[in-house]
Amino acid sequence: MSDPSGYSEKDLHREVSDLQTKSATAARLFDIRRIIGGLFVVYGVIVTIAGLTDDDAAIDKAQGININLWTGLGMLLLGIFFLAWLKLRPTAPPTPADTPDDQPSP
Amino acid sequence: MQTPTYLSAELRLPTNWLDYTILGIYFVVVLGIGFAARRSVKTSLDFFLSGRSLPAWVTGLAFIAANLGATEILGMAANSAQYGVYTTHWYWIGAIPAMVFLGLVMMPFYYGSKVRSVPEFLLLRFDKAAHLLSSVLFAFAAILIAGVNLYALAIVVEALLGWPEWVAIVVAGAFVLAYITLGGLSSAIYNEVLQFFVILAALIPLSILGLKKVGGWDGLSDSLTKSHGGDFMTAWGGTGIGSANPLGANWLTIVLGLGFVLSFGYWTTNFAEVQRALSAKNLSAAQRTPLIAAFPKIFIVFLVMIPGLVAAVLVPQIGTPASDLQYNDAIPYLMESLLPNGVLGIAVTGLLAAFMAGMAANISSFNTVFTTDIWQKYVTKDREDEYYVRFGRLITAIGVLASIGTAFLASSFSNIMSYLQTLFSFFNVPMFVVFIIGMFWKRASMKSGFWGLLAGTTAAMINYFWIYKEGIIDIPSDQGANFVSAIAGFVAGAVVMVAVSLFTAPKPTAELQGLVYGTRSPGMSEPAAVGDDAWYRRPALLGWGAVILAAACYIPFSF
Repeated sequence: MSDPSGYSEKDLHREVSDLQTKSATAARLFDIRRIIGGLFVVYGVIVTIAGLTDDDAAIDKAQGININLWTGLGMLLLGIFFLAWLKLRPTAPPTPADTPDDQPSP
Repeated sequence: MQTPTYLSAELRLPTNWLDYTILGIYFVVVLGIGFAARRSVKTSLDFFLSGRSLPAWVTGLAFIAANLGATEILGMAANSAQYGVYTTHWYWIGAIPAMVFLGLVMMPFYYGSKVRSVPEFLLLRFDKAAHLLSSVLFAFAAILIAGVNLYALAIVVEALLGWPEWVAIVVAGAFVLAYITLGGLSSAIYNEVLQFFVILAALIPLSILGLKKVGGWDGLSDSLTKSHGGDFMTAWGGTGIGSANPLGANWLTIVLGLGFVLSFGYWTTNFAEVQRALSAKNLSAAQRTPLIAAFPKIFIVFLVMIPGLVAAVLVPQIGTPASDLQYNDAIPYLMESLLPNGVLGIAVTGLLAAFMAGMAANISSFNTVFTTDIWQKYVTKDREDEYYVRFGRLITAIGVLASIGTAFLASSFSNIMSYLQTLFSFFNVPMFVVFIIGMFWKRASMKSGFWGLLAGTTAAMINYFWIYKEGIIDIPSDQGANFVSAIAGFVAGAVVMVAVSLFTAPKPTAELQGLVYGTRSPGMSEPAAVGDDAWYRRPALLGWGAVILAAACYIPFSF
C-alpha cells in the first residue's frame, strides 16, 4: 500500500478508526462504579460488624482505637458514595449511531 | 529503590477466618470482573485498548495503580526506614514533572496519531528496524518484570500467610491469566481501579495507628532526629554537592538523574503506563489520565513513608545485623503488631491485589505489543480481526506461563531484584532518548531511531556488566551504578542519533505531521466532548496545579 519504508500514518488512522467504529466496549462494558460500590459496602458491613464485636485485646492491639469500626464505616461511606454517584449520574446510554447494528458475537 | 528480596520468617500474621473471608470475596470479584468484561470484547481494539472508550477518572486511577504495585509499596517503605524523608524525591520530583509532561506535551502526539502502543509510535516516526527492536526489548522486559512481581508475591505470601511459594505463584498466575484472557485490558484496568481503593483502605489505618503508637508526627520527628540526625527528617538536608548523606546523591543528581532521566524514561515511554492513557475515550481524557493520577501520587508518599519511619523508631536496629528485621519488613511488621483481624484481612488483600495488578499491567501491555507490533506486522499479516483477538488471548496465556517460568528462575538468584532495577535502566532510558529527540527534532532521520536505541541499550549494558561489575571504575553502590548506566545510555543514544542523522536522509516532512513537536495531525483537532470544556477538566490547569502542589509539599520538609 505504501512505500517500502513501512507503514504510513494514514493506514494506521484508517485501521484504528475502522476498529473503533466496530468496537463494543463503550456500549457493552459495565460501569465499574457498581463493582467498587458493591464491594466496599460489603467490606464496610463486614469490618464494621467486626469492630462492634471486637474484644478489648483487639482494641488494645490497635493503640486503643477501634480501628475496625472506623475503617469499616469509612469503607461503607466510600461504597455508598460510588453507588450514589452511579444513581445520580448513570452512564449515558449509547446513541443509536454508536450502536453497531450487527448481532453480538457469542 | 529497595525491593522485597526476602522477609523474615517470624512475621507470620495472626490471620483468622474473617481475614480469609475478605480475601476470598476479593478473588471472586476479580474473576467476576473478567467474566462480565468478556461480553464487551468484540474487536482487537476492545481487547488491547478497551476500544479507546474509558472515562478519564478510570484510566487515571488505573495509571497510578499500575505503578502502585506491591514492590513499590514495600520498597518505598523500606527506603523511608533506611533514608528517611529523602523518599519524597521519588514522588514529588521523580514522578510529578514527568507525569505532567506526558499529559500536557506528549499525549497529543501519542493519542492523536492513533497509535496502539509506544513501539508503534516509533514505527511512524522512524522505521521498521527501530520498531522491531523496541517491540522485542519491551516484550522481553515485560515478561521479566511480571515474573519478578510474581516471585515477590510468593515470598511475601510465604512469610505472612505460610503458603508454599509454588502455591502462591500458581494461584496468582492463574487468576491474572483468567481475568486478562477473558476481558482483556478492560478487566485489567477495572481491577487496577479496585486495587487502588483497597490498598488505600489498607494503608490509611496502618499509617494512623503507626503515628499514634509513636506519639504523633511530633513524636516521630523528635525520636528520629535524636536517633538518626536532623537531615533524616528533611528532603534536601545534606544534599549539597560534596557533602555526604546516606543516599549517596547530591541535589544535582537528584534533579537531573532521578527527576529527569530515570523518571521521564519510566513515566513517558513505559508502555505499561502509557497504555492506560491510550485507552481513554478522547484526547482530553487521555491528556487528563496522567494528570488525574498525579494528585494521588503526591499524597501516597505519606502512606508508604510514615509506616517506614514508624518502623525505624520502633525497631532502631532495623536493617542491621543486630535485628532480625530487614528494611523491607517495615509494612508487614506494622501489620502484624498493630492491625486486628478484619482490617488485617483488608491489608493482606490490598498487598495481594497490588502484586497481581503489578503483574497484570505488564502482561496486558506485553500481549498488546506482541500481537499488534510483532505478530501482526512481521509474522502473520492481514488476517481478519477475530484472528488477532484469539491470538491475543493465546499469547496472554503464553506470557503468564513464561512469567511463572521467570518467577521460578528469579527464585534461584538471591539478588535478582537489584538486577531488575538495572534492567529498567537498560530498557527505559534509551527508549526515552530516542523519543525525546524524535519528537522535538524534525531532522532526526529515519535510521537514527534504530541506531540510537541500539547504542543507548548497549552503552548502559557495557557500563553495568563491564565497567561496574569488572571494577574498571570504582562505583560505590548498585544504585550509583544504575544512575551512571542511565546517563551513559542517555548520552550514547543522543550522540549516535545526532551523528547518524547528519549522514542519512531525514523523513519527508509530509510524513511527520502529528509526530513532531510543532506539527498537527487530524486526531488532535477533534472537537471537545460535551462537558470537557469545564474549567476543572482543563489539562493545563490540572497539570500546573499538580506541579505547584508538589513543589509546595517540599516546603515543610526543606528547612
